[in-house]
Amino acid sequence: MKERHLQRRILADRLFRGLIIVLAFICMLPMFLILFFIIKNGISVINWGFLVSLPKPMGEAGGGISNALAGSAILVFIASLISIPFGILAGIYLSEYRKARFAYLSRLSVEILQGIPSIVIGIIAYIWIVLPMGSFSALSGGVALGIMMLPVIVMSTEETLKLIPDPLKEASLALGVPYPRTILKVILPAGLSGIGTGVILGIARIGGETAPLLFTAFGSPFMSLDIFKPVNSLPQLVFNYATSPYPEWHTLAWGASFVLVVFILSLNILAKMVTRKWKVQF
Amino acid sequence: MNPTDEVRTGKQRMPAPAQARSGALPAKETTRVRSGAAYGSRTVLSEPVFRRILYLSGISLLLLLSAVFVSLFIASVPAMKHHGFGFLIGMVWDPVAGKFGALPFLAGTLLTSFLALLISLVFSLAVSIFLGEYFRTGIMSSSIKTVVELLAGIPSVIYGFWGLFFFVPAVRWVELQIGVLPYGVGILTSALILSIMIIPYSASLGREVIGLVPGDLKEAAFSLGATRFEVIRKIILPYARSGILAGVLLSLGRALGETMAVTMVIGNSNMLPKSIFSPANTMASIIANEFSEATGKIYLASLTEIALVLFVVTAVINIAGKIIIIKMSVER
Amino acid sequence: MESTVLKIEDVSAGFDEQMVVNNINLSIAGNRITAIMGPSGCGKTTLIRCINRMHELAPNAIFSGKILLDNENIFETDPIIVRRKIGMVFQRPNPFPTMSIYDNVAAGYNLNGLRISKGDRDRIVEESLQKAALWSEVKDFLHRKGTFLSGGQQQRLCIARALAMHPEILLLDEPTSALDPKATAHIEELVVELKNTVTIIQVTHNIPQAARISDFTAFIYLGSLVEFGPTEKLFTVPQDKRTEQYLTGKFG
Repeated sequence: MKERHLQRRILADRLFRGLIIVLAFICMLPMFLILFFIIKNGISVINWGFLVSLPKPMGEAGGGISNALAGSAILVFIASLISIPFGILAGIYLSEYRKARFAYLSRLSVEILQGIPSIVIGIIAYIWIVLPMGSFSALSGGVALGIMMLPVIVMSTEETLKLIPDPLKEASLALGVPYPRTILKVILPAGLSGIGTGVILGIARIGGETAPLLFTAFGSPFMSLDIFKPVNSLPQLVFNYATSPYPEWHTLAWGASFVLVVFILSLNILAKMVTRKWKVQF
Repeated sequence: MNPTDEVRTGKQRMPAPAQARSGALPAKETTRVRSGAAYGSRTVLSEPVFRRILYLSGISLLLLLSAVFVSLFIASVPAMKHHGFGFLIGMVWDPVAGKFGALPFLAGTLLTSFLALLISLVFSLAVSIFLGEYFRTGIMSSSIKTVVELLAGIPSVIYGFWGLFFFVPAVRWVELQIGVLPYGVGILTSALILSIMIIPYSASLGREVIGLVPGDLKEAAFSLGATRFEVIRKIILPYARSGILAGVLLSLGRALGETMAVTMVIGNSNMLPKSIFSPANTMASIIANEFSEATGKIYLASLTEIALVLFVVTAVINIAGKIIIIKMSVER
Repeated sequence: MESTVLKIEDVSAGFDEQMVVNNINLSIAGNRITAIMGPSGCGKTTLIRCINRMHELAPNAIFSGKILLDNENIFETDPIIVRRKIGMVFQRPNPFPTMSIYDNVAAGYNLNGLRISKGDRDRIVEESLQKAALWSEVKDFLHRKGTFLSGGQQQRLCIARALAMHPEILLLDEPTSALDPKATAHIEELVVELKNTVTIIQVTHNIPQAARISDFTAFIYLGSLVEFGPTEKLFTVPQDKRTEQYLTGKFG
């Protein structure tokens, strides 16, 4: 009696373990499927011409993604300009003033900001920049992406700086180094790997965003480096082409997806390398 | 001449720090330091200014959030004057006729999100247990961890694109078998893709809390003769309950706001969905589809009103999740 | 003869409503080692943190009294300058992890933007490392980061870093409590050497150490100065009963 009951329990244990392993591996499937699809359909399109030529008009074969690449670069640049300095300073504030009541509210604000759906941020950028300016622009898109990148930078800076032991700051202060310099020249460099990782991951996050650009940067068939004009971007191009009825455009979309995914994967790998190489031991 | 002589001579060349009471820095600096003015005049960035800058950065975060809320609110006012929040139960969305009933989108959002949550729960729990209990370290652990992280990193638009060419035909096939209109797109398809996208969020939080269950609790259970399955069921999961709930809330928040992938596979229909196989629209996808072409103040304001609702709902869910996490750490 | 370089007058310090140091009066003799000794929590660390004006950095710090360095009240001088004249070495070695050994020693100059010629800097680095008895061990590795050094070496690096500023007074906050006996012995030797160039105030709860190396000892208990005098006298014929009890291990 007892023997069988025990056997049943052991069986249940083994089955459960097997189930967990199977389920976990099933989770890996979509990732490989997606990569497979992208590589299979996209790699044939990738060549130098693809990267440097402009998209062709409707239905025509060929064409490329050069304006989308340029546009994405501009948008990321603007977003970084806005979010990195501001984000690092705010991160320093949160880690230095841990106990202040305002710090609590600020931290809460960052967390809420991080959870705002990207399309809502697009509307905000529309209200704040597109409306007053009277037109779509790379600037508004960059601002939208900057707002999305900000929480990532703030939180990674705060986390990194929190890990730096206090005696380090004290040693610098005890040498007569004033507070601003202590923060900027001793504490920040010590936290560089964490902050750098945050920046890289922030860029990875916004590089693939489409929703906030739909009515800010808007997209364009032309190559444009003017930040006050609409601009195309890689994710928008994928969206437009993938949902179009033209098979030629679908192929281009696969190619563009390939480039986008390679970009994001590389950033993730870069982030891991930065942590490994630059991380400071205490 | 030996090295020490050199050093001594070197010392004499500079006004040497006095033997008994060294306190002077190299001569050039001495007068400036003593006068005390040197410090202030050398730097532009004095401490009070720096601290003020830090403080302002901190406050700006709060200001930014408030500005977002206020802007959304003000932009929604024309719509609110027109139909108030009753539009949330209006069933017809026909901007041309001036009708702004958003219930279809509310339904679309809730259906896709909760369905996605349900589907993902099993998998994310499995991953949490896998990484938090069975395979905490080692190559299996790092591989699964990496893959799950990458899943979170894939852009929404690519999920949508893949969904269009993989899930939609698959669901269409299933619908043909069942005898339902084979749209291929619709709520089910969106929920399927959404579930994949939100797994990493609850999985990573779940993994953390499961890993934090104190070893001595588990050991006590093992020493009483429990199997691992029983320890997981009776000790670990109950202990980690709140953390897992917080992770679920996080996933829900993400699902509610997800736009691109859903827009691409939900079928873009403004009618109230009748079943999970119907095409529909979510609050996020209707904005994505119609905002850039919306004309008329009320139309735009109504879409903004929808965005406002989205904002408030996701903010509340995020805060709820945060509260749970804080309560958890306080209890420890 | 003993000349007083630092005078602590009626100093009280604490946090919020709680006073940790009560009305202490002390005269520190130049080029001597003064040990500040007492059981844990008696206020000795708070006291020395007042001396280099680090105490006021704590968010709810309160303070009253005067501290005169060469007859000037340090609270009327810019704290930055005070901290350059009064150096500190902490309990746990804390070299700057992102800087090389060379840069660590020169950190006081680099971080403050004080411009000195390379020749001067090289000289100061070598001098300080020599004074800290670390030069021969690191002279071939000056440009490597300091984190590969042993605990004792790191602490000597921190001493060199403080010495590079040519301070008048060096505050040591239990500098050997995190080190093994051999490293402790090295540092004790070093400290005794150093008093020729610098005045030393060392906080310690290690009674034998205070007996071994200090010239004067102040015994602090519950925030008040119980007894102060030449070490030999205090240890052999303590005037106060509490001193005697502490020395014989009855508390603390």
